[in-house]
Amino acid sequence: MQSSLPENLIKIENNLKSLTRTRSIYSFLSIAALIAVIYSGLIVAETGNATSIWVGLPKFFDYPIDLFVGSWEYGYRWNLLLLEYLPDLISTINMALFSTAIGTLLAFFLSIFSSRNLIKSKTTVLIFRRIMDICRSFPELVIALVLLYLLGKSALPAVIAIIIHTAGALGKLFSEAIENVEKNPIEGLESCGASWFTRIRFGVVTQALPLFLTYTILRFEINIRASTILGFVGAGGIGEQLYTNIQWKYEADTIAIMFLLVSTIIALDYLSSYWRKSLIGLKS
Amino acid sequence: MNRSEIIENYSDIVVTKFSSKMWSTFLVLGIIVYLIIAILSLDILQIHKKWSPERASLFALDTYAHKDHVTMKWSKPDDIIISFEGSRWSQYVGPYQKSDGLPERYPEWTSIGPEGETKISFKNGGFANLYDDKVTIENWPDTQETLVFRLDAQGKPYVENIDNLPKWIRITENKIEVRPSLYERVQVYSKKVEVHRYNLGWNYFWFDFDSPLEPYGIWNAISLSFSGDRVDPNISNFSLLIQEFLNNDMWHHGQILWALLETIFMALLGTLLAALLGFPLAFFAAYNVTPFKFVRTILRRLFDTLRGIDFLIWSLILLRAFGPGPFTGIFAIAITDTGTLGKLMSEAIENTEEKQQEGVESTGANKTLQHRFGIIPQILPIFISQTLYYLESNTRGAVIIGAMGAGGIGLQLLGAINTGTSWENVMYMSLLILGVVIFMDTMSAKVRRALIGDETLGAELQLAKMVKK
Repeated sequence: MQSSLPENLIKIENNLKSLTRTRSIYSFLSIAALIAVIYSGLIVAETGNATSIWVGLPKFFDYPIDLFVGSWEYGYRWNLLLLEYLPDLISTINMALFSTAIGTLLAFFLSIFSSRNLIKSKTTVLIFRRIMDICRSFPELVIALVLLYLLGKSALPAVIAIIIHTAGALGKLFSEAIENVEKNPIEGLESCGASWFTRIRFGVVTQALPLFLTYTILRFEINIRASTILGFVGAGGIGEQLYTNIQWKYEADTIAIMFLLVSTIIALDYLSSYWRKSLIGLKS
Repeated sequence: MNRSEIIENYSDIVVTKFSSKMWSTFLVLGIIVYLIIAILSLDILQIHKKWSPERASLFALDTYAHKDHVTMKWSKPDDIIISFEGSRWSQYVGPYQKSDGLPERYPEWTSIGPEGETKISFKNGGFANLYDDKVTIENWPDTQETLVFRLDAQGKPYVENIDNLPKWIRITENKIEVRPSLYERVQVYSKKVEVHRYNLGWNYFWFDFDSPLEPYGIWNAISLSFSGDRVDPNISNFSLLIQEFLNNDMWHHGQILWALLETIFMALLGTLLAALLGFPLAFFAAYNVTPFKFVRTILRRLFDTLRGIDFLIWSLILLRAFGPGPFTGIFAIAITDTGTLGKLMSEAIENTEEKQQEGVESTGANKTLQHRFGIIPQILPIFISQTLYYLESNTRGAVIIGAMGAGGIGLQLLGAINTGTSWENVMYMSLLILGVVIFMDTMSAKVRRALIGDETLGAELQLAKMVKK
């Protein structure tokens, strides 16, 4: 039957077949390569690790079981522990909230100066972008550790570290949002003789605000995790309590703190995804 | 139309309603009140009490400068020790007898004066001279006369020139400290005299103090490795160069670079594992692929649990199981991100257009082929860009997990900070981390752009765009 087809059609069909073959070989090879990388990586890790994976995997649930058994033995007063550590949780949330607020403010100013559609000077944009890159790239932990050494143990170093990181990370997202706004409102305002500030206020901020808020809420969630981790190294709050209780092997306290943390994070996760979706009109 | 007419006719557009005005006022007021409370509760105003500029500037100095110590004990004025950073293992000059003449290796800023004293010259043009029974400082800024420090009968240090002492001399009961600027410092104790002389730069960065290649410097050492006689007859110059660089005792290049690799490795492997697990699981959690509600709900809750139990807690649990090492980092990242990627991807799959899948179905393709050609092409760009984004943020995460005990550069950094003295190493490692994170960031942005065009937006926006289409 093929012989009855015009010659160029046969050519096309053969071409298509060989293309399909090459594509499937490529995807097969890439998946095989991925698996090979992971497998060989795990073997390398096996040699570098203190405990072998075959020893470690069965022990995966040992610690959680220890924790549950310990808190079971602690008895019914376990509920009171939740209340006991609530103030620490609040102080951690306070740290995160405050640094998110200040960081967002800084990010807003940084982002305005690093958006090409608002600033004519290319050098200014470049400098502000590099500043944001550097702020963003340092893990909070590095800044916080150095500041903790300099300022002593308190919440302050953590707050500063989170502010710096937030300013960089949000600034980049904000400036992307600003650069993606519609030009027309800005041009319209300009044609009425609006000043630079008015153009930003009514032409840019009004358009980008939903995105700004979306990103800020997402960042707040990330910052709560960050301030918990920084508590571990001495910034106070629930992270520090968790660290101490783990060191002292107080299982009931540890699990109470973990419970508080996880429920906060999950609650915030649901809340923020609800807010986010309603802000960008995704809510069904 | 004049202003009042406009307001009259278009009041619903022009005039802001009182209630919405009130609302925004209350919001702003609330934010201000919160900020005040937070500033008070977080002790922000106490910052000036904790912040000591002196300590901070000393710390900053230590990150970019190094110092040489000259120590003389009053009891043994003949034994002068000149060392790098006061380390016992890197002494230019150990205890020696002056009568034997100067030892072979002495810094060019020391010399022996006419009366047999050891002269130390500073960058400010001044000298500190160590005699057997006194220490003098001459030609220093702000003072014309030569200051003489001796021990009194009780063995306490004192200054002979008690009149018009410069401000930078601080006299306490047991110690006299002379510090005109950050770069020079003479401390006279009742037992010993210690002179610190600062130099800019990271000294012995390439080769440590005892290395046979140290006298050559890095560039000469590199050119030596291609030509010239062997420095060490047993080993070629090039291998010696690599070996001496990696085994540098002061900067621990080998150890730090290995730790850095370990951190990158944790992030890379963790993200890949998460991608490998999360991608297929996402299909089972999407309603347009999996008809069984039971399976979907279980997977959804699983994703939520993996994500909700923070990566901090996962790494604590994993540390108990696997001990310090890369597994903790790899699995903590993989577990958390399987949840995140799974949730994100299942949402993306549910938001894909049906038409493409229907088109594939109309050719008589079975379900698997429908998903392969109807759904995967639609979500692949988001999946790749998200995975690359997580790779970058996981590099930072791996540093943090490392500091909590999993090893890698994070642990090295924590160790260096806790010693409180090796700030140049802290700076070095911070710069390395910064470089790696920026590298990962640019690379992932480039790959993303090459694969899916100029799409730099975050996941939420991509999802929003997909739905609005």
